[in-house]
Amino acid sequence: MTVAVQSGVAGFLARYDAMRDRLPGDPRRRSAAADAFRRAGLPGATSGRREEAWKYTSLRPVADASFAQSLTLADDSVLLARLPSIDVPRIVFVDGEFCADLSALPAAVEFSRFAEHGEFGTLARPDSEPLVALNTMLAQDGAVLSVPAGVDAGLVLLASIATDRAAFHPRHVIRLARGARLSLLELSVGDGSYLHNPVFEVQVDEGAILTHVRLQDESLAAFHLSTLYAEIAERCTYDSFVLNLGARIARTEIHVRLGGAKGTAHLNGGQLLSGTQHADLTTVVKHDAPSCSSRQTVKNVLGGRSQAVFQGRIEVARIAQKTDGYQMTQALLLSPDAEIDTKPELEIFADDVKCSHGATVGELDAEQLFYLRSRGIPDAAARSMLVRAFLAEALEAVTDERVRSVLDRAVEGWWERQAA
Amino acid sequence: MLEIRGLSAAIEDKPILQGIDLVVPDGEVHAVMGPNGSGKSTLAYVLAGREDYAVTDGSVSFDGRDLLAMDPEERAAAGLFLAFQYPVELPGVGNANFLRTALNALRRTRGESELDAVQFLRLARAETKRLAMPEDMLRRNVNVGFSGGEKKRNEVLQMAILRPRLAILDETDSGLDIDALKIVAEGVNALRRPDFSALVITHYQRLLDYIVPDRVHVLAGGRIVRSGGPELAHELEAKGYAGMVAEAA
Repeated sequence: MTVAVQSGVAGFLARYDAMRDRLPGDPRRRSAAADAFRRAGLPGATSGRREEAWKYTSLRPVADASFAQSLTLADDSVLLARLPSIDVPRIVFVDGEFCADLSALPAAVEFSRFAEHGEFGTLARPDSEPLVALNTMLAQDGAVLSVPAGVDAGLVLLASIATDRAAFHPRHVIRLARGARLSLLELSVGDGSYLHNPVFEVQVDEGAILTHVRLQDESLAAFHLSTLYAEIAERCTYDSFVLNLGARIARTEIHVRLGGAKGTAHLNGGQLLSGTQHADLTTVVKHDAPSCSSRQTVKNVLGGRSQAVFQGRIEVARIAQKTDGYQMTQALLLSPDAEIDTKPELEIFADDVKCSHGATVGELDAEQLFYLRSRGIPDAAARSMLVRAFLAEALEAVTDERVRSVLDRAVEGWWERQAA
Repeated sequence: MLEIRGLSAAIEDKPILQGIDLVVPDGEVHAVMGPNGSGKSTLAYVLAGREDYAVTDGSVSFDGRDLLAMDPEERAAAGLFLAFQYPVELPGVGNANFLRTALNALRRTRGESELDAVQFLRLARAETKRLAMPEDMLRRNVNVGFSGGEKKRNEVLQMAILRPRLAILDETDSGLDIDALKIVAEGVNALRRPDFSALVITHYQRLLDYIVPDRVHVLAGGRIVRSGGPELAHELEAKGYAGMVAEAA
């Protein structure tokens, strides 16, 4: 049973009008976001308007889709089966709503729900990002996580499970106080056609280390549009790895500001696509303090008529001397109809910096394939080995064995889908 | 074991092999010698099933089966092994994982049980030791950062582990110092049995001091121009290819 079918920009605005009195948090921020969303619309959905940040990705299919609020609850055991079988604390959301029954809260992390306090952070920019405006307008729930100073909170799973036709806009806040540590495995899965539009605000205080591994394994009919803002203080590390496997259209946008000296940001990732999938990884790294380093290695494996996008912007402010910025994107095309669009942008105002970027595109190497087959390894297995080998360099960045095993299984599943 | 009849092959319409006849019976080691550009490596690649060579004429039977109709992996499963002249680097693929995947693929086709990681490592370590190779070679990525000699030894290690019925060694001796050459030769000699044969392709007679062949064939212009016993290698060394080829013509 479903109610309130909505579609397009008008549908989202109508939904806001219908529920605005019941939404948590500052109503003025909501209505300002609604105004911004009304003005901006969904990128690519309004003909004639082309924004540079959305040059390669159009959200017209999102505007054309219709969503509904599902009132049918899936069985807990069915939902649980969607989660990886690793024994770690977990915070589980179903269609964007916190689900206490499926969760096993971490002891070392302070957790509260966005639904309770409606606490918007200070980093998100609804005025310049249409999807953030949409999220700010309609956000109902999300995880607010804080790790106290000096605490090592270990590994925590943050999972989103979605059901058919849902549209949800989670608002997550992650804060690490001085010297804290957290390893967060973020998982997005679901069934059917739905919209998952989360916004993350991440704040990492002096000397803290956040490892953020994100596995986007959504339904192949779903839309996954995620925006993350991170503020990295002195001598902090934000170590993130995104693996995009699922969704019909995915956009992972990451804004990182290195605001204190000697900070480190790793924005690594892999995108494995097939069929007519489209995935867009867009990053903006602002070096606003001296002696920081940012590193990005992004590997794309593209089959069918899929399309991958990587846009990487590095901004180095005048004050950010001794910046070390590195960006590399590589694509392996498994089909002649697959496509990668890569756009590096370096904007450097300091004079003593080391910044480099590179991009490669290629096919599976015929000699390597022949070498493996000449040793008795069947063609399909040989191809799989070479694809994994291509990904290995990027995956090596994930050092936690439990997390790595979850990613390896996801890659395995992706490969089996190709072979089928 | 191996019967090559009137084999001709071309790459990009350029004929390289022009009617090769060669029979390697069970248990024998045959050497194929010849100058650069005579078609030695092409012969090796065609036998292993590399797709960029077009077979234009002739037949190859391997244990009575039509070798040319088989995929490269089927040839390997049937017991054929090519030691590459230029072993291929596989960044991101661990040597142990590569070898175990290959061995288990072969064992599956033979109806044998697969080896688990522990069983495999025991076998691989023993072979590594026998070939005087550093054990960390198993942990490294396949041929990545290997010296020329290490790459060749890695080919011999693969051969020792996969235990083929027919080994084709394509200039495995090139770029090896005398110690490495002996190790490679011992690796081949250790496999010599009545049901094992080898085709040793080489430019120089040197390797044949250590792997003594039953027959020697001289390849020139895509044809076998002379065949004889091991003494033929010494004659070649004395006369040079030019003299030998002129004589044959």
